[in-house]
Amino acid sequence: MRRLCTCHYDYNIKDFQQFHDEDTYVLDFIQLIVSGIANGCVYGLIALGFVLIYKATEAVNFAQGDFMMLGAFLTVGFANQQFFGLSFWLAVPLAIVVLALISGAFDATVLRRMAGESQVSVVILTIALGFILRFAAGTIWGHEPVSLETPFAGADVRLGGVVLGVDEIATILVTLLLTALLYLFFSKTKLGLAMQAASQNMLAAYYMGVPVKRVQTLVWMLSGAVAAVAGVLFAARGAIDPSAGLLGIKAFAAAAIGGFGSLPGAFVGGLIVGVIEPLAARYGPAGVAQIAPYAILLLVLAFKPGGLFSQTQAKKV
Amino acid sequence: MRTLFKTNYDTDIDWFSHPAKLGWYLVLLAAFLALPLYFFWQNDTYLLGEVTSVFIFAIAGLGLMMLTGQTGLASLGHAAFMAIGCYANVLLLNAGVPWLIAFPLAGLIAGALGTFIAMPVMRLHGVYLALATLALSVLMVDFIVLGEDFTGGVAGISVPDISLFGFTVNRYANPYAFYYVVLGVCLITVAFYRNIVRSPTGRSFAAIRDSEISARAMGVDPAKTKALAFFLSCSIAGLAGALFGHNATYVTHETFDIVMSITLLLMIVIGGLGTIHGAFLGAIVVGLIPVIIANARTWLSTSFDITGNIPGIEQAIFAAILIGFILFEPMGLYGRWMKIRTWFDLFPFYRKGLFARQKSYLKTERVQ
Repeated sequence: MRRLCTCHYDYNIKDFQQFHDEDTYVLDFIQLIVSGIANGCVYGLIALGFVLIYKATEAVNFAQGDFMMLGAFLTVGFANQQFFGLSFWLAVPLAIVVLALISGAFDATVLRRMAGESQVSVVILTIALGFILRFAAGTIWGHEPVSLETPFAGADVRLGGVVLGVDEIATILVTLLLTALLYLFFSKTKLGLAMQAASQNMLAAYYMGVPVKRVQTLVWMLSGAVAAVAGVLFAARGAIDPSAGLLGIKAFAAAAIGGFGSLPGAFVGGLIVGVIEPLAARYGPAGVAQIAPYAILLLVLAFKPGGLFSQTQAKKV
Repeated sequence: MRTLFKTNYDTDIDWFSHPAKLGWYLVLLAAFLALPLYFFWQNDTYLLGEVTSVFIFAIAGLGLMMLTGQTGLASLGHAAFMAIGCYANVLLLNAGVPWLIAFPLAGLIAGALGTFIAMPVMRLHGVYLALATLALSVLMVDFIVLGEDFTGGVAGISVPDISLFGFTVNRYANPYAFYYVVLGVCLITVAFYRNIVRSPTGRSFAAIRDSEISARAMGVDPAKTKALAFFLSCSIAGLAGALFGHNATYVTHETFDIVMSITLLLMIVIGGLGTIHGAFLGAIVVGLIPVIIANARTWLSTSFDITGNIPGIEQAIFAAILIGFILFEPMGLYGRWMKIRTWFDLFPFYRKGLFARQKSYLKTERVQ
């Protein structure tokens, strides 16, 4: 994008200005992309939680965004000075474990009764759960936005003029790692295959000796853990309040763009949504930024109904 | 115990399965017609307004019921179609179209737009459709803000009065007239809904809901049938939206938000999916819960000196009730009523397993 000015025999100030502006323009663009990718990773992680559950139980957890919020608040509760004030590195695993237990308990006590019911009832059930989680978080930790005290808050790395926050880099790395691990888990390990079998045909999986109930509770725990990680990364990069769970709607767009049931799809969908948003806000007309993710979702659903990494097909008569 | 003798094939699609039922519904109708008299005597227009808004919610619930209860397509974005109906109604009225034309036209516009929007996602199954409509609901709020020139955007727009046969009906100036207008629309909607359900169209909706594959095998065209269901559902929702606008007298971008969409869905589930009664029972519950909670709050603060003002408790209680219903009474309030009635009908022969449903197991539509 650099324009070399060789046609003039002397520099004038205006050209120099132009030169400088274009340079910052590119840097600005890169900066936007990087923060967009980091945002997208959080969306991708929440979407990963949906996809995990969808892949293994065919249910859609509309409360995943609220689980993320709860994970963030649990970490805040353990780590921040005004609450328990534990070390950050102790608080995070603790929050992950607690949220995994909550999520697993929800499956074992409530969702297990819903086996074989229509997807719609599960959707409504999890929406209701989201309301309750939001209420609980608001009652325990208050409705004011709080931010997580992290050891790497404010630290940044300079790469040739581009300033990257350590939190952004951590977010991107953790998301990549988790996606890869979960992908391998589902395609390579015995438990992962059992989870897929349980969703593809519950009864047949029972007959083949898959402990379907335990497998489903396990996958809910796994998704709770992923949600807690997403919550930590989200709270480390900005303030969190009980209604942050509504972010889940954007993560839905991400999961559906990628194609429900595909782990890499969730990641890619998250990135698309995350990058589109700041770009639309920066370069598009006012109001487009909010619309962009959903407009893309509708376009994807219209032209590629199963998402980019489609796994569904209509049953033939 | 009541015994039904069916002497004719047509009795299966009669309006009322039993003459006694007709009598009860007539009594109910008479009660609703006479209700304003009571409020007039009490001079309580506030409660009358509450009853009116319950009716409006019931109409909206009927709209969603046609789609979710009858055809089995979950929509998480019905507030968006209500918004289309409401704004179409306001714009038509402001353009000088008489209410009697503007109001039905608003419903048709909502139905047409809804079908147009839903056409591409019609091929999708449960979750994707719910997601697409959810996205639509979120988008609609943004569109209302962006289309400021027409919709008033964030500042909102005031809804003109209804003018009917030379009378002007305003929600505050003459609440009794407004009540009767809403009741009239409600009755027409119920009659329309009941007729659809009795007709082959309604049965093809139910066939799609119960098994799309069997429906296709029976010669039902799923795409067309779903589109029709969407059109009817969105039209009714649009009418409800228009009435909602008249009831609120002022609408902004926040009136028809995602919470309203979700409330509509919760409402019909609590009421009982797939029944006309369900829409009304659900609307009553949704309308009553805030009142009950407010009363409980004042009662707690006066008798126990607990000034418990916990924000968000309404929604949490609502959600808890909903979870209870889905777990223990999936057929909703109407299902519970059916059980009670059957218990009395069959006394003393009612058995526990009478309404037990067949256990089904999960099979995915994904391939890999």
